[in-house]
Amino acid sequence: MWSGTPLFPESASTMASRVDSLYFFLLAVSIFFSLLIAGLIVFYAVKYRRRSPDSVGSEIHGGLVLELTWTIVPFLITMVIFVWGASVFFAMARPPDETLNIYVVGKQWMWKFQHLDGQREIDELHVPVGRPVKLIMTSEDVIHDVFVPAFRIKADVVPGRYTHLWFQSTKPGRYRLFCAEYCGTKHSGMIGEVVVMEPSEYQTWLSGGAAEGSLASAGAKLFRDLACNTCHRPDAQGRGPVLEGLFGKTVTLQNGETLTVDEAYVRESILQPAAKIASGFQPIMPTFQGLVTEEQLLELIEYVKSLHELPQVQPR
Amino acid sequence: MATVILPPRHYLNDGYGIASWLFTRDHKRIALLYLAGVTFFFFVGGAFAVLIRLELATPAGDLVSDETYNKLFTMHGVMMVFFFLIPAIPAVLGNFLVPIMIGAKDLAFPKLNLASWYIYMLGAAFTTYAIVTGGLDTGWTFYTPFSTMSSTTKVIPAALGIFVTGFSSILTGLNFIVTIHRMRAPGMTWFRMPLFMWSTYATSLIMVLGTPVIAITILLVAAERVFHFGFFDPTRGGDPILFQHLFWFYSHPAVYIMVLPAMGVISELVAAFCRKQVFGYTFVAFASLGIAVLGFLVWGHHMFVAGQSVYAALVFSILSFLVAIPSAVKVFNWTATMYKGSISWETPMLYAIGFIGLFTIGGLTGLFLASVGLDVHVTDTYFIVAHFHYIMVGGTIMGYLGGLHYWWPKISGRLYNEALAKFSALVIFIGFNLTFFPQFILGYLGMPRRYHAYPPEFQVLNVLSSAGASILGVGYLIPMVYLMWSLRYGRLAGSNPWGAVGLEWTTTSPPPTENFAETPVVTWDAYDYGAPVEGHVA
Repeated sequence: MWSGTPLFPESASTMASRVDSLYFFLLAVSIFFSLLIAGLIVFYAVKYRRRSPDSVGSEIHGGLVLELTWTIVPFLITMVIFVWGASVFFAMARPPDETLNIYVVGKQWMWKFQHLDGQREIDELHVPVGRPVKLIMTSEDVIHDVFVPAFRIKADVVPGRYTHLWFQSTKPGRYRLFCAEYCGTKHSGMIGEVVVMEPSEYQTWLSGGAAEGSLASAGAKLFRDLACNTCHRPDAQGRGPVLEGLFGKTVTLQNGETLTVDEAYVRESILQPAAKIASGFQPIMPTFQGLVTEEQLLELIEYVKSLHELPQVQPR
Repeated sequence: MATVILPPRHYLNDGYGIASWLFTRDHKRIALLYLAGVTFFFFVGGAFAVLIRLELATPAGDLVSDETYNKLFTMHGVMMVFFFLIPAIPAVLGNFLVPIMIGAKDLAFPKLNLASWYIYMLGAAFTTYAIVTGGLDTGWTFYTPFSTMSSTTKVIPAALGIFVTGFSSILTGLNFIVTIHRMRAPGMTWFRMPLFMWSTYATSLIMVLGTPVIAITILLVAAERVFHFGFFDPTRGGDPILFQHLFWFYSHPAVYIMVLPAMGVISELVAAFCRKQVFGYTFVAFASLGIAVLGFLVWGHHMFVAGQSVYAALVFSILSFLVAIPSAVKVFNWTATMYKGSISWETPMLYAIGFIGLFTIGGLTGLFLASVGLDVHVTDTYFIVAHFHYIMVGGTIMGYLGGLHYWWPKISGRLYNEALAKFSALVIFIGFNLTFFPQFILGYLGMPRRYHAYPPEFQVLNVLSSAGASILGVGYLIPMVYLMWSLRYGRLAGSNPWGAVGLEWTTTSPPPTENFAETPVVTWDAYDYGAPVEGHVA
């Protein structure tokens, strides 16, 4: 019965050992204090058990030194844990500069993965071993959560915004991916697998799929089909801002605020164009809320990302 | 020992008809009305838990459908949190003891106190209606947009029930605050009050300040469901995470509503069964207030993976560590109280020892969750489930049962069967640990919570947990039997069966309706075991 019953999760990412070290430290602290308290209680309960029905305890009211000790010592220990936990969290929150980006769309009750080269997968995610992977995630309906225990990572997948998760796997294999945020009837069926492959196998896998071309090219087609290109032209003559080279740049808004163009801003500009108008433009763009799916939004975003600046076209 | 007789006149024989209970303004009778209510809902919530654990005995979802399973854990949570854990200690033991412990005849607003019970029952009626007409599947946390846009179950009546019940909490808190400020007997200064009064006071502050927030939040959910305003709907410019901020702004402090009164009970039990002043009285008293205040500033630790900013997470993390300190201070002080005490191992003390042990584990595992980088892995798994059950069941319910056993002779005038009581305390302790300890391991392994079916490698630990739950269930049924039995056949207790100090032990058991024949004048500190109480001069 006990065979096949693990008591500790597999470790398959660079983050796993960092989380585990912190876990073991906390385990040691917890065991020490639990044994200390339990030991003292049992020892006192036996040693000072009532020996005659009328006896009372000693008149001890307290002691400042002891109070300060058991306030300050736990405080210092918790601050060590805080700093340690914060440093692990920073590492989780900050992906390396060069990552393999994969888009994730959650919906009741399945995971859809879109690779930049155009491969689409459901409930299965293929990644190469050893390469940092960043998931850019959103939901079509309610809140979901991507959780890969072997990688010790987790993040909510929230409708209406993009959340991120990154990992660097350390050994090939198949690892469970759970939905960890309750999302309705078939929540416990919303389980996928991350398939970590050797780079060569991964290349083979990549070349096997992708019938429709890259994500950006799908976005380009959509960009024309929705007639976005009538206003967003590369030559600065259109009624909307030039999109070439825009992604990652800082833009000034009509109210004087500035922001960096990221996935969230492109998404918002498509769905709620009037929310943040770039300075020098009129709020004339119609909303595409309800006209484009989450996946099409990701294609459009990837297309905008792919538009590099074309200096020779800019008249000076 | 002199022959013990029942007092000729006491609150239980002051009127017999049903109306004498339903229209009573006596805080002691209202406490018993609450006792009936919370006990009923405890067993309803417990029945849901039994079904949950039965389902989880096998990996496949075979006993009930996924829809039913989701309703079971939702209704288990709703019943236990809103209709048992929050009212249990304040509304039953607090109601009975606040006036007696400070030497008053009743609470400041007796009619309001009775109204609180009716409001509680009205709220419970709405929620019960939701359960019997189809149930609720949102989880007790009502996360949007699932609760507002996706769930097809009885969200509105259940939400209404929680909204209404909240007012009973607010009114009870208000009543306790005013009573403790205005109605203390002559000589009962703040620092002569039993520590249970301090923790009840701190709890009342949270009830009055926090509960309106959940009331508003739950109304917003209902309004969004009916009118589609778009508060939480991203396609209308709303934000689903906003709900989580509002919800946890109340629901984290609510954890302290549940556990602070239990801490107060433990202070009473440890002092009484060690016959000794609580070590560091003022530190324990101020720790309660510290927890109440800091408890309002840590809600974001429920949302470390929900997409809040890194820096917000760090602030919530450090504040969560800070709120652990006063809890640790209390545990150390209880332990130190036992040093050179005269310790008897009667049932309430067994519960107190159980509480300290289990609360220590619950508190220490809280550090795992406050630590952001580690919380990411364990949040939303069984680690969380295990942690909060160590606090809620290992803490609150152990404290509640310990208190119920300690004051039962005062409430009923009679003693229960001590051997059976000790036995059931042991059964509960063993059953509890077998149920919830394996869940820590399951959680670190990565088993998510709220799963109807799960991968087979998790089965052994789940079987252990389910086995423990059946033992725990038996442990909870035994006290029902011998406590009921004692009402009729128990030996008479006399006014002070434990040889404890405290005003409640100076009046008869059961006390008269007005609590004391004449208003006591207090000239001694709490837990003054140094000299005989009668005619004692501090």
